[in-house]
Amino acid sequence: MAMMTYRQALHDTLRAELRRDDDVLLMGEEIGVFEGSYKITAGLLSEFGARRIRDTPICEEGFVGAAIGAAMLGLRPVVEIMTINFSLLAIDQIVNHAAKMRSMFGGQVSVPLVIRTPGGGGQQLAATHSQNLEVWYAHVPGLKVVAPSTPADAKGLLTAAIRDDDPVIVLENLALYNTKGEVPEGEHIADIGTAAVTRTGHDITVVAYSRAAVVAQDVARRLAEEGISVEVVDLRSLRPLDRDTICASVRKTTRAVVLEDDWLSYGIGAEIAATIAEGAFDRLDAPVRRVAAAEVPLPYAKPLEVAALPDAAGLTRVIRETLDATGFAG
Amino acid sequence: MPDVIMPRLSDTMEEGVLSRWVKHEGDPVGKGDVLAEIETDKAVMELEAYDAGVLTQVLVPEGATVPIGTPIAVIGTGTDARPTPPPTPPAATADSPPPAADVPPTPGQPPAQPDAGRPDAPPASPAAPLLTSPLARSIAREHGVDLSTVTGTGPGGRIVRADIQAVIDRQESMPRPSPATPAPLTPPEVARPAPTQPQPTDPDTQEVPLSRVRRLTAERLAESAQQAPHFYLTRAVNADPLLAFRQQINADLSAHAGADTATKISVTDLLIKACAQALTVHPEVNSSWAETRLLRHRRVHIGVAVALDDGLIVPVIHDADTKSVTRISRETRDLAQRARAGRLSLGEITGGTFTISNLGMYGIDQFTAVINPPEAAILAVGAATPAPAVRDGQLVVRTTMTLTLSIDHRVLDGATGARFLADLTALLEHPLRIVL
Repeated sequence: MAMMTYRQALHDTLRAELRRDDDVLLMGEEIGVFEGSYKITAGLLSEFGARRIRDTPICEEGFVGAAIGAAMLGLRPVVEIMTINFSLLAIDQIVNHAAKMRSMFGGQVSVPLVIRTPGGGGQQLAATHSQNLEVWYAHVPGLKVVAPSTPADAKGLLTAAIRDDDPVIVLENLALYNTKGEVPEGEHIADIGTAAVTRTGHDITVVAYSRAAVVAQDVARRLAEEGISVEVVDLRSLRPLDRDTICASVRKTTRAVVLEDDWLSYGIGAEIAATIAEGAFDRLDAPVRRVAAAEVPLPYAKPLEVAALPDAAGLTRVIRETLDATGFAG
Repeated sequence: MPDVIMPRLSDTMEEGVLSRWVKHEGDPVGKGDVLAEIETDKAVMELEAYDAGVLTQVLVPEGATVPIGTPIAVIGTGTDARPTPPPTPPAATADSPPPAADVPPTPGQPPAQPDAGRPDAPPASPAAPLLTSPLARSIAREHGVDLSTVTGTGPGGRIVRADIQAVIDRQESMPRPSPATPAPLTPPEVARPAPTQPQPTDPDTQEVPLSRVRRLTAERLAESAQQAPHFYLTRAVNADPLLAFRQQINADLSAHAGADTATKISVTDLLIKACAQALTVHPEVNSSWAETRLLRHRRVHIGVAVALDDGLIVPVIHDADTKSVTRISRETRDLAQRARAGRLSLGEITGGTFTISNLGMYGIDQFTAVINPPEAAILAVGAATPAPAVRDGQLVVRTTMTLTLSIDHRVLDGATGARFLADLTALLEHPLRIVL
């Protein structure tokens, strides 16, 4: 194990995969000479050259389309879209081409494409650059969407994504790049489609992913000091969704809260709540509660931005309300 | 796809309660695996699988009562089409269960609110349906708790798990047999049901639902009273020698082992041993009625009626004729304690060949008991009290204990019963012979 940042884990994984497989190549805006807007690709241009580390024009639809074509013909492109907000320019390529090729060509082609892109607010990047649109992609059959919350999962899930024969969107998060954690050395491949119980508990289940999973861990740690035992389920994969792990946890704890960075309506939490209603109904002692972003375009002003984003205090409050509603006595 | 049926788990069982599924739909099942727990009229027993495969379908929900022979589950190969939806929905289907017709909470208002807002339950009103969390509802179903008797403490009066748990805890703190504890064999001296059926609407009358124990007791005693032609033989026994003997034994035991740890022999212990001795000499009394024939038992297993707060149970001292009085005493005390705690196994309440019911400690002079079927006789023991008696033409006061033997006339005749009772009396009046 080595202690490193989420950023470093992504960088090292890209480098290892580039060295392992000559078919792997990187594409994206400012990833070469500028070494990436978030420096994930630092040093890779000089090591692997411009043929494999390709700076692209500011034209998401064009370079995602090119990457899909390359993938269909056997390469394994890893595309960086600077933030998930800009993926909207490529959404037709992603949804109508990458996700559909295998089915519409009767399995004759596959699209082993990876799109790395960070979501997340809280950086004062204002309404158009602070969105969490992952549910748009998690909705689409034919895509896989993973959302690592730790440096170890960043390595494991990015490696799995690159080696997967279908298009995978790797959701990163601006607030996680500098977080640190232990990362297994050598080959480390996570299973796409498996959630992790990252903390076991028996009073209440908190379901979260990406940055929210880190917040959930902190809240669980603090509530443990008061004798409240919180189980944290880190989804890790939004599609496929590991419904069994979610329901098994809630069947045990009988209460559930979802923490999500996206908006409430039609969000990831809605899918989780429905999953729990279908798979753990008879074990539920209280309604599933969701803690999500306020339903506004994210404000630029810092106090408003903070107020609009879901946080540890909000999660703690809703956990307490859910426990209170069920006569929880410790 | 072999069906699993409700098995006959005891000779008197006619129906069983599916108290718990140990395996669930979709679980692989090996031969001999425990599939479910079945509550019979006597105890909770495990149902094992006769076939290996996959439990493809559960036909009877937990808590349901079904007659023996009823299919309760299907064990298949695992490739059969599943007749019910899986516990968790598949990842990609368009046929999720339809949402409830209830008005859903409208979350997310006002827009600046950072979380979903509380999906507050509607306020409780007299006309409102009972609000119950799904978990509370399923626990109530498992434990047979009537939701209309539970006060909800959740939002809007919602009944939550804690409320049901409180009811269950209250019930369990009362020392009466819970559904998971064995029911008594036949409590011999329970009164017949009242001849008149009070109207349920009578405001001066409280309706008490029949517990399983009470229902079984009623059925078996009614069956015994209606089908076994009872006759009764009564003898007054001079209890002075027996009481003196008991006192001497206890003094000796106490001197030997110390007052704290010594076994204390009771009159009932000596009665058990005396009956066992007499039964070995009169095997025709140690018999049972079996419709087309009589069964004469070579071993002597004596049941002793134990009063519970709400019912009776008859634990059995097996092979009482071969056991010492001190051992009988220890076993009786242990069985009675565990009977009150509801912790007797099926083997400890079955197989009796003769029953003793002693109400002497309640000051009853004499009584007649209803036979515990299919046994041939039951001995009712009254209190040992000073009473006038004639000895050598003189009126004297001596301690008298009245024994009444109820006999099934289909099995025994008067003279046979009288000889048994005479020998038993002789043993009790010369108690050293009990232990020889």
